[in-house]
Amino acid sequence: MELLIKNGAVFDPKNGIAGDKTDISIKDGKIVDKVSTKASVIDAGGRLVMPGGVDAHSHIAGAKVNVGRIMRPEDTRSGIKPRTKLTRPCTGYTVPNVYAMGYRYAQMGYTTVFEAAQAIMKARHTHEELEEIPIIDKGALTLFGSNWPTMDFVREKDMDKLAAYVAWGLLASRGFGVKVVNPGGGEMWGYGKNVSGLDDVVPNFDVTPRDIIISLMKVNEMLGLPHSLHLHCNNLGKPGNYRTTLATLELAKQVKPSKDRQVMHVTHIAFNAMGGTNWMDFESKADEIANFLNNSENITTDMGQVIFGSATSMTADGPWQYTLSKLVHGKWSNGDVELEDASGVVPVTYYRQAISHAAMWASGLELALLTKDPYKVLLTTDHPNGGPFVNYSEVIALLMSSKKRQEEIKTLPPVFNERTKLPGINRELDFNEIAIMTRAGSSKVLGLLETKGHLGAGADGDVAIYDIKPDQIDPSVEHVKIKSAFSSAAYTIKGGEVVVKDGQITATPMGRTFWVDASVPGEHTEVMMKDIRNKFKNYYSIGLANYMVQDAYLTHPKVVKAGVVPVEVS
Amino acid sequence: MTVITDALCPFCGCMCDDITVAVENNKITEVKHACKIGAAKIMGHHRIKAPMMRTDKKGDFKEVSYDEAIEAAAKILADSKRPLMYGWASAFCEVHKKGIFLAEEVGAIIDNTATVCHGPSTLAVHEKGLPSATLGQVKNRADVVVFWGSNPVHAHPRHMGRYSVFAKGFFNEKGRKGRKVIVVDVRKTETAGMADEYIQVEQGSDYLIISALRAILAGQAAVVPDSVGGVTKEQLVKLVDTLKAAKFGAIFFGMGLTQSMSRYKNIDNAISLTTELNSFTKFVITPMRGHYNVTGFGQVCAWETGYATAVDFARGAPYYNPGETAANDVLTRKETDAAMIIAGDAGAHFPADSVRHLARIPVVQIDPYWNPTTEVANVVIPVAICGVEVEGTAYRMDGVSLRYRKLVEPEHPTDIEILEKITERVRKIRGD
Repeated sequence: MELLIKNGAVFDPKNGIAGDKTDISIKDGKIVDKVSTKASVIDAGGRLVMPGGVDAHSHIAGAKVNVGRIMRPEDTRSGIKPRTKLTRPCTGYTVPNVYAMGYRYAQMGYTTVFEAAQAIMKARHTHEELEEIPIIDKGALTLFGSNWPTMDFVREKDMDKLAAYVAWGLLASRGFGVKVVNPGGGEMWGYGKNVSGLDDVVPNFDVTPRDIIISLMKVNEMLGLPHSLHLHCNNLGKPGNYRTTLATLELAKQVKPSKDRQVMHVTHIAFNAMGGTNWMDFESKADEIANFLNNSENITTDMGQVIFGSATSMTADGPWQYTLSKLVHGKWSNGDVELEDASGVVPVTYYRQAISHAAMWASGLELALLTKDPYKVLLTTDHPNGGPFVNYSEVIALLMSSKKRQEEIKTLPPVFNERTKLPGINRELDFNEIAIMTRAGSSKVLGLLETKGHLGAGADGDVAIYDIKPDQIDPSVEHVKIKSAFSSAAYTIKGGEVVVKDGQITATPMGRTFWVDASVPGEHTEVMMKDIRNKFKNYYSIGLANYMVQDAYLTHPKVVKAGVVPVEVS
Repeated sequence: MTVITDALCPFCGCMCDDITVAVENNKITEVKHACKIGAAKIMGHHRIKAPMMRTDKKGDFKEVSYDEAIEAAAKILADSKRPLMYGWASAFCEVHKKGIFLAEEVGAIIDNTATVCHGPSTLAVHEKGLPSATLGQVKNRADVVVFWGSNPVHAHPRHMGRYSVFAKGFFNEKGRKGRKVIVVDVRKTETAGMADEYIQVEQGSDYLIISALRAILAGQAAVVPDSVGGVTKEQLVKLVDTLKAAKFGAIFFGMGLTQSMSRYKNIDNAISLTTELNSFTKFVITPMRGHYNVTGFGQVCAWETGYATAVDFARGAPYYNPGETAANDVLTRKETDAAMIIAGDAGAHFPADSVRHLARIPVVQIDPYWNPTTEVANVVIPVAICGVEVEGTAYRMDGVSLRYRKLVEPEHPTDIEILEKITERVRKIRGD
């Protein structure tokens, strides 16, 4: 199958193409240099062409997403679309059903999305949902930050065992990378408590969040995993937490990356860039975080942009979710997972009138606009924590138009100007920078830049065409058009197949699930497994024989090899 | 002889995964570690041998081929204006997916056994959420365990041993001795007999008692009368002290709470009590789900449609309004004109009015066993037993999913094969 996209205004940052009229050729699902005259042709007619969108942090599948659906029928009722001959029914806004997840991402021109957190013990559930999400490629990051084996091996300072455990845990969960959420806090929440900073000691395990973060960063690099440590910092959501965040960012200096990417990805940083001492004097300190990023290497972040309106907060940060439910007097679901982590789900609404919400809204934008290198700040809403992913076009429009931002600021409380730097920021991002934040950057952060996020030969045949002509539009002024174009792609091409045309689904192929098979020396695994077997014998409520995710749950797997002993792939 | 270890039990929501089964000549000869009910389930008993049909429900069944039965089932569903597809609790998630797809095809109402069990718990979760934890968290940490309107000794026989009462864990090396066990129930069950404290409540007064506990917890004991629902104020105050003093408390509730007066409001109140206890210590609450995979249907239905149960596809998009769209709503209103009952027994567990209506309309049954639903069925399609003859996924009462092993080869087709064929036939009949 061959496809030729002609006359596109192509933005492909990895290959240095910024708006040039370039033809894109796809053969057998991959980008190639040339196709034959038999290829079907799409005439882009000077419209904007980018690689398919890549989202490195979104909650699209698994236990907590489904908890969100079950506790929020009022959310399911929005966004309802009946089935068609081609598509299954769609429901939900912040917690869409599996079909809406796939279709809506594809309709925005996105072709690859990573679920941001799964406990190993509940990974089977994640994969059951991932296998039902149509069109997009996907994967899931696995939680390690409060796991008992992690804390045991960190305390023992046995990095070989910890590496063996991480490799085994990725296999057990068919996970793509190492996720750490409020390290140590998940265990403390087992008794309704929390850590308050990097140096609190976790009782019974005698480790600190600092030890956990540094050790997992080290083994992540020992294993040469495609992605870096992916960190949700301690103290998320608390006024004044930017200090903890800055101290955490400092830790990245202690470890050298094993490949051309960061050693630490600090996620949804809008929730970790808070100044002030309480909710009354709350202010954005995103400028300080951006300043740090501008003067450091090896650290990346994503925005976690807040969208005014309905959201569903869901995270393994169990203690924060309880605090949040008390703050908003809302429904609260909690989901501790034995020996592994905590979690919680709380519906929230972000109000323009609430200065704390307005300041959080500002801090995501400030971070993206004050950080010079767009490779360091990915565009996310931490779906559905800051708001649903369908609002990415709104975020793009805000980043590209100072005028739009000023219009929004007019609707916010007057005190807003004192609590953030946003009103004084004039920077407007261009299409190339947007392509980095949504494609090349996220692919690089994930370690998938070879095949994702660009349009050079060898890349996956994933392309988005948007209904705007970059040389005939002024995004600063015409931000309504920008938003409309990015919310509904003219074409989305996945693996060389047209899956969306004029915003409508035209095909529903199944995407692949990426997971990392990291090898370690056999003797390290043997020693590590002695501890694991003991945990199952005495503490887990299920048997080791029934713990690991079976092959049956990965009907379209894509294995990425890694490990301290590199294994040749035939 | 083959010995299969680490097998899972397809009886209750405990989903014990430490079962050992001996198999000889494709027959299960021995089951170890399971409770008596679980062992009986795995051993199996008299099966429906072949598909059966009848037009007159007072007449006898006639054995037919699978093709004939599937054709008849497809015709019933395709001709129906308001089909109901009910059951699902004794089948795997893979079956649920096929069932939901067929329900979309024919515009059916799809509902599961929760409707006469923990359906009210789902309504309460809509209102309040569910602060819960996996069962291993209880095993490792809990020092106070409350069974409210639930009787695990009979309904979940290994729950107390594996997870909640006798189980030893990391922070509780003493097991039973390290725990205070409280039972709240209208009658002194065998579980109550094993408790440290039994609180007998008057029938239908659970809501009052939970409200009184919440008032005491909030420091408003003064407003609580001397006796509430047959329990003295002194006892209630003492109970609150016990709950507050817990390091990790767990409440397990059953149908005594979901199906007694006030129904979902009881659970709503109990969840609020749990949430409020978290201001003092750690507390979680978990429904004691009955059928091993009743939880699984709620999970699959939620991720496929957005709603956990009682979904109406008449409009082509999922619509959910329990009270209007649950199985017994459409049956008692005589709205349903055909039903498919699969992996659940409406005949045995539904109210008389609902069963009476089932007796009037065409009914397709898909099940390994003859049961009261068979008595009102027109078309009966026997299938292989999930969890014994088929491998697949189920969700434990705490939402942990596990994969069941196949223990013996089936002699009957699987639910999935039957549903796929019915779907194919329905499409042909409707000219799609």
